[in-house]
Amino acid sequence: MDLSRRTFLNLGVGTAAGAALAACGSSGPGTSSGGGAKGAAASFWFLTGQPGEGIRAKAVADFNAANPDNKITEQRFQNDAFKTKIKAAIGAGQAPTLIWGWGGGGLKSYVEAGAVEDLTSWFGENAAIKDKLFPSSFPAATINDKIYALPCETVQPIVLYWNKKIFDQAGAKPPESWADIMNLVGVFNGKGIAPFSLGGQSRWTNMMWLEFLFDRIGGPEVFNAIFAGEKDAWNHPASIDALTKVQDLVKAKGFIKGFSSITADSNADQALLYKGRAAMMLHGGWTYGGMKNDGGDFVKKGELGWMNFPPVDGGKGDPSDTVGNPGQYISISSKATAEQKESAKKFLATGKFSDNEIKGWIDSGAVPIVKGTESQLAASPDAEFLKFVYDLSSKAKFFGQSWDQALSPGASEVLLTNIAKLFQLSVTPQQFATNMNAVLGK
Amino acid sequence: MTVAPPIRTPATAGGGRTGAVSWMVLPALLAFLAFGVVPLLGVVALSFTTWDGLGAINPSGLTSWRAVIADPALPHALGVTFLIMGLSWLFQTPLSILLGVFLAGRERYRGFLAVLYFIPLLLSSAALAITFKALLDPNFGLGAGLGAEFLSQDWLGQGNLALGVIVFVVSWQFIPFHSLIYQGGVRQIPVTLYEAAQIDGAGRWRQFFSITLPQLKYTIITSSTLMVVGSLTFFDLIFVLTAGGPGDATRVLAVEMYARGFQANLMGPASAIAVILVLVGLALALLLRRLGGRDQSASQLEGA
Repeated sequence: MDLSRRTFLNLGVGTAAGAALAACGSSGPGTSSGGGAKGAAASFWFLTGQPGEGIRAKAVADFNAANPDNKITEQRFQNDAFKTKIKAAIGAGQAPTLIWGWGGGGLKSYVEAGAVEDLTSWFGENAAIKDKLFPSSFPAATINDKIYALPCETVQPIVLYWNKKIFDQAGAKPPESWADIMNLVGVFNGKGIAPFSLGGQSRWTNMMWLEFLFDRIGGPEVFNAIFAGEKDAWNHPASIDALTKVQDLVKAKGFIKGFSSITADSNADQALLYKGRAAMMLHGGWTYGGMKNDGGDFVKKGELGWMNFPPVDGGKGDPSDTVGNPGQYISISSKATAEQKESAKKFLATGKFSDNEIKGWIDSGAVPIVKGTESQLAASPDAEFLKFVYDLSSKAKFFGQSWDQALSPGASEVLLTNIAKLFQLSVTPQQFATNMNAVLGK
Repeated sequence: MTVAPPIRTPATAGGGRTGAVSWMVLPALLAFLAFGVVPLLGVVALSFTTWDGLGAINPSGLTSWRAVIADPALPHALGVTFLIMGLSWLFQTPLSILLGVFLAGRERYRGFLAVLYFIPLLLSSAALAITFKALLDPNFGLGAGLGAEFLSQDWLGQGNLALGVIVFVVSWQFIPFHSLIYQGGVRQIPVTLYEAAQIDGAGRWRQFFSITLPQLKYTIITSSTLMVVGSLTFFDLIFVLTAGGPGDATRVLAVEMYARGFQANLMGPASAIAVILVLVGLALALLLRRLGGRDQSASQLEGA
């Protein structure tokens, strides 16, 4: 599933060293200042894996056909190799002209290394582009009030899925509050069905629970304070409350037995939901496509239900808020030549968000981050789900970026380790907060 | 790799010719310098810097070392590393010796079995890890498939179980290799020793403990060195199987190093851990050599 940058966060990147070496050997166009010929080609690296690969490649091909003087050369990489390769290439000053990524903490490290261009003024000149994209996609591209990347492709909020058949059999209704969730845990456990499926070994799967609970209980400002590195931000009462609530859920056997042995990259967590072994699952929007492909008639027969995470009683967060991946991002390398930058900017302005590309994303079962696609979405066979995702993403008061993407790579590694321990009940909420306070702002 | 225990090697006999052939060592030496020593020096240098893998490399003295040594993750990772090392040695050695002795027999069916036993060694660690992960899945794995409830444990989700699984998979993969070493060792033992013992009335057990085991001393040391030093570098298997989890229960030094360097982008501390890893490995290899006795040329076959 290439739409989820998750996959390769979790896949064994055992090839890291090899990829890094390979990167050193390749002669990227980054530093080659020679040529000066009219229309020096800008390079663009992107991910393989359908449907995204085809859509990205077509956007490049269409652009090249229309702009013979400003060609884009493409190079495709497999998910897990890409992250280490792009890092090594940027570190060696050999980055491609167009740097594709996930924004947030990763983009911030590029900015701090002076590797990417400030696009703020470009957005000033191309206000029409900025206006047609979801506003929620911009925070992850913005560092110190400057925009360093063009949000693109699709939006992937985290959704609470439920198995309608199992709910009918149990005579249960989808939860409307945290209290309902805890009640449902008792109901389903009584019937020998796991309340929630969870691929806990992947760790970021557990993290989605915290992202929602923090938001619903304390509002976006709790994590914003953490993001800003304010002292002892994890000690916020809402933070401790959320951490305690998630442990309550674990203790009440809310998650399927053995969840720490289940990984998300094997899609076993999705299988548990569509096979009726678990009643609910909190997971990324991209799993809709996965369950549609793998789950037989499950999605087609309308047995899959979906909703936004319910409010927590007495919580301050807006129930319309959501979390997830607000988009994917393209930056321009600061090491590229003026001609390459010119071609790259032209590509961003005219090559992305063509009607063809938008249609491609919708046909793939995803929602592009472009406003005003309602009628196209309605014509899709997955119209109901796509409309839900579109409304959720475009109307969310706050669209929180996944924490492990928002934080620096160093802090998110500590976060994921501690989240795993939290779900194992091997640290208390206060110990968790203390461990995390130690890496604030790092 | 040489399998034979170092008995009565004719090294001293060829002493006069070493001058003429010493240039032959050059290719290996150059390769070792280029791919072993130079990167090692690079890592040592990096451990005194601060680098995120992207920007400039800033020399920062002992900052990385201080960060690594003050972090409770280091003793934890060391502890887990030694625990896995010790457990896998304890598990592998007796089984490898028994299998090796068994396979040393000349019967044809034993040769056939030897080929079968050898198969796990041909598989890549990553593939093994993925396979075992699928087999151990509590909901769709072996337990569910066979309807055997006791196989449906939270294998990779509980610290102790996950550790046990790693020791088991490592052993499953490497016992064939060590059996092969022992098979060679056993075949080197002169038959006359056993004949003499039989005349003196020693039974099978007595023969095993009084002849086979003592005669295998150097084989045991060779195999143990490989096991112990090799277990320091277990990375791919653990990374794919548990990624150091649950929590940090199986986070060995090599995984810790990778997590710091390539996931947390802290190349300085990661290099410091790498240096520690090299030092621990060297110390262990040296220690095992010492255990083998200083006089490597002493004969094991006196009186034979």
